[in-house]
Amino acid sequence: MSARTLYDKLWDSHVVREDEDGTCLLYIDRQLVHEVTSPQAFEGLRLAGRRPWRADANLATPDHNVPTTDRSKGIADPISRIQVETLDHNCEEFGITEFRMDDIRQGIVHVVGPEEGATLPGMTVVCGDSHTSTHGAFGALAHGIGTSEVEHVLATQCLIQKKSRAMQVVIDGPVGPGVTAKDIVLAIIGEIGTAGGTGYAIEFAGQGIMGLSMEGRMTVCNMAIEAGARAGFVAVDDKTIDYVRGRPYAPSGDDWDKAVAAWRDLHSDPGTVFDKTVVIKGECIKPQVTWGTSPEMVVPVDARVPNPDREADAVKADGMRRALAYMGLEADTPITDIPVDKVFIGSCTNSRIEDLRAAAEVVRGRRVADNVKQVLVVPGSGLVKQQAEEEGLDRIFIQAGFEWREPGCSMCLAMNADRLEPGERCASTSNRNFEGRQGQGGRTHLVSPAMAAAAAVTGHFVDVNELVTG
Amino acid sequence: MKKFEKFTGVVCPLDRANVDTDAIIPKQFLKSIKRTGFGPNLFDEWRYLDHGEPGMDNSTRPINPDFVLNDPRYAGASILLARENFGCGSSREHAPWALADYGFRVIIAPSFADIFFNNCFKNGILPIVLDGDVVDRLFQKSTREEALRIEVDLEAQRLRLADGEEIGFDVDPFRKHCLPEGLDDIGLTLQHVDEIKAYEERRRAEAPWLFKTASGG
Ligand code: SF4
Repeated sequence: MSARTLYDKLWDSHVVREDEDGTCLLYIDRQLVHEVTSPQAFEGLRLAGRRPWRADANLATPDHNVPTTDRSKGIADPISRIQVETLDHNCEEFGITEFRMDDIRQGIVHVVGPEEGATLPGMTVVCGDSHTSTHGAFGALAHGIGTSEVEHVLATQCLIQKKSRAMQVVIDGPVGPGVTAKDIVLAIIGEIGTAGGTGYAIEFAGQGIMGLSMEGRMTVCNMAIEAGARAGFVAVDDKTIDYVRGRPYAPSGDDWDKAVAAWRDLHSDPGTVFDKTVVIKGECIKPQVTWGTSPEMVVPVDARVPNPDREADAVKADGMRRALAYMGLEADTPITDIPVDKVFIGSCTNSRIEDLRAAAEVVRGRRVADNVKQVLVVPGSGLVKQQAEEEGLDRIFIQAGFEWREPGCSMCLAMNADRLEPGERCASTSNRNFEGRQGQGGRTHLVSPAMAAAAAVTGHFVDVNELVTG
Repeated sequence: MKKFEKFTGVVCPLDRANVDTDAIIPKQFLKSIKRTGFGPNLFDEWRYLDHGEPGMDNSTRPINPDFVLNDPRYAGASILLARENFGCGSSREHAPWALADYGFRVIIAPSFADIFFNNCFKNGILPIVLDGDVVDRLFQKSTREEALRIEVDLEAQRLRLADGEEIGFDVDPFRKHCLPEGLDDIGLTLQHVDEIKAYEERRRAEAPWLFKTASGG
């Protein structure tokens, strides 16, 4: 057989049928479900008198609306409460496993899936959520879908799809100190733009990527969608297999050995050609900070806020001016001169144990700066929270004046009570800095967990290397 | 889903790139468990001067006169004209629900985000990709004193302007077939039940771990 990309392999093994024009029926191995994008899908099933094709292929947990404070009081906002209760009822009615709000395994769906081993190498994984690309870190084909498609997968275990083009993004060589997976992916988006990956599935490769832990690879794949690509993935190696071993949904016994043998083939064959390849030198990437209202509006921490007067493209310059006005920033201001009001450490991008360790490392023995009003640390799942507490990370945060919360999406999109007030500026480890994303009028700067922690203790953006080595 | 027939509509020019789904329908409205009723909150943060919450009486809210949707010229618009990367961000189908509920049936832009593009077809909206310079020209024509009206002919894959200009567009054959009929994808897929079952049987033999549940079943 001719040389195939990882994408070809994942795709080919899931095609149920293909029409002449290339439209395929693609089999879906796993669907993750949360409360926001599923109610209308279940309602559709009910109206049509349909049952799930394979209830056991689905796994549900509420995450967007759940409070991150004391859970015993339930959800204060009645509309949020109804949405979460609707998920509970639907899962019960249709026989779908759900980790409810009071279950230690509850959390952000993209943290929970891998943690349970419900995301496995070689799978197709979907969820009514664009950050489903996260699961590609395991050498899986994973992407977000809309609610109509959620219903389609529930009813048929398949999706109607056309193959995307294949892009390879190579981080060549190791990255420098203080540079994390988040900085790598922000640098990629800065380079190719938020539409750079539109129509492509991206394979992340090179020493800079393979050197990352599974948590780091998840961070990179998580933001593939911010580069416009529905799916991003990484080849399987020993780290992937070690991470999966022993998890509740992972194979065991003979099946494990057979699975590992199959997973060893989940990489692009030598000599495969991609429709597009982008190479970025790892050593050139510095800690990143976004300055605008799109993830592509990003610069290294030692740079200045860009000046629209120097942008030749008129539509772009106009967008930059609008972003600067919204963000309340002057062009040419050094990034390190920008003070922050709040800090958010969490979200499906950066709420795993490694992220919390990286933040705690910076915070240890320091205090929140006087001008910073609030720092939220929101673990991605109940199990992450438990592990962090076993390691004593919660105490480091609390001693520094940070708030240690219950798991959920929280201030990543502010559907629950955690949000920015108009004009407030936030260093956030989440993935979107869109207008109003963290609360109407709120101003979001995307950074890594270590950079967020550094901003929290100094009160402004700073190169984390100045704190950890200095 | 509504059937898609030939129609002539008013074009509303939204001169911004990277219009994201948070802007199209802000998250507080995603708490609804219905598919309908999102139209009054389409572009909520740009359209109104106050902060919108579900359950508010939108007819009494202060309107932002500078936002294009509130320009009387474009009242009743059914064609939205926008710039690059329209619909980026989340996969929320609430975005096309809100656009459709407001009355938009066609969106024209130089490029769309993939998931949004796909979601449009599921909700009777036709997203049309045109070259940047054609979009530029449409922007010029649509910001004159009198609103631009375009006839959208899906069958012929052509847009016809009152001044005689005609613009061809591409559309995927499968989607072109589904839109006018308002076909239900699930019904179409279920015509292939045997093939799905055969696939499953083969996979179960070759990769049984894909069918494992946490309890070992
Ligand atoms: S953490 Fe944020 S980006 Fe991730 S699933 Fe939740 S809301 Fe979406």
